[in-house]
Amino acid sequence: MRKTWWKILCVVILIYTITGGLLLPVPAREILAETIRNLYFHVCMWFGMMILFTASVVYAIKYLRSQKLAHDIYSVNFAKVGILFGVLGYSTGFIWASYTWTEYATNTQIFKEPKLLGAAIALLVYFAYLVLRGSITDMDKRARISAVYAIFAYAMLFPTIWILPRLLESLHPGKEGNPALNFKDSDSRLRMVFYPAIIGWTLLGVWITSLKIRLDFIKEKSILND
Amino acid sequence: MIKKTLSLAACLFLYLLPLFTTAQTTDSERKYTAYDMRSNGKIYVLTACILIILLGFILYLVRLDKKISRVEKEIK
Repeated sequence: MRKTWWKILCVVILIYTITGGLLLPVPAREILAETIRNLYFHVCMWFGMMILFTASVVYAIKYLRSQKLAHDIYSVNFAKVGILFGVLGYSTGFIWASYTWTEYATNTQIFKEPKLLGAAIALLVYFAYLVLRGSITDMDKRARISAVYAIFAYAMLFPTIWILPRLLESLHPGKEGNPALNFKDSDSRLRMVFYPAIIGWTLLGVWITSLKIRLDFIKEKSILND
Repeated sequence: MIKKTLSLAACLFLYLLPLFTTAQTTDSERKYTAYDMRSNGKIYVLTACILIILLGFILYLVRLDKKISRVEKEIK
């Protein structure tokens, strides 16, 4: 294994996240009850997705500046694992919402929930990124077009998951600012696990991405060496 | 050879696992009270399950990582 220290750190933090996240005390809230612990899992998936997509767009820009195929491989693999995190975040949110929102909201309210629709649109934009890549056979053209598209897709994240849900009426918490990051608002007992959890899950994502990148390097070795 | 012994040991461990972990239910009075793994609505049982899943995935990732490292060396 290459450069093992951060992988060990990732494993240690994740073990802490799960043991601490399930066993340490949490503030008592109505409706949420014990599901407030989902902050360490569901919310961290979205944080991880955002960080991975940011890495993806950074490498997309790097590719456009340097025209090195290696940067394209970095960019696409960060995006792929980011999508995985997004799908996991979406499905956990789906279960969470169906046991909490339904207690006081009507179905109509849930169906027009802007955070759900926005996240769905953002993910579909990224699915389209993969479809676009898959449809172009020429390597350089594929890398260039998908790098430009990756920047657009990243730009679309902001209106769909950050801005619109805050402007419209939303059931999802976080409308009034950034509750998870607000020091006055979120409970210190939650923060003790939440912040390490973000780092742990993100490191796991980076680990998986690094494996995918190395695998792609092996596959494309002949092309990369030219 | 080592691989075979290891997998055999793993099989044996999995086979015998229920023997070690069976909760003592002989005393029917203690059956429904909170103690050890049964306390707090059996949350420790859930924690153990999730930890096993996590460690399984991590182990898989570590093995994959090593495999890729080996292939990288072979190519060079």
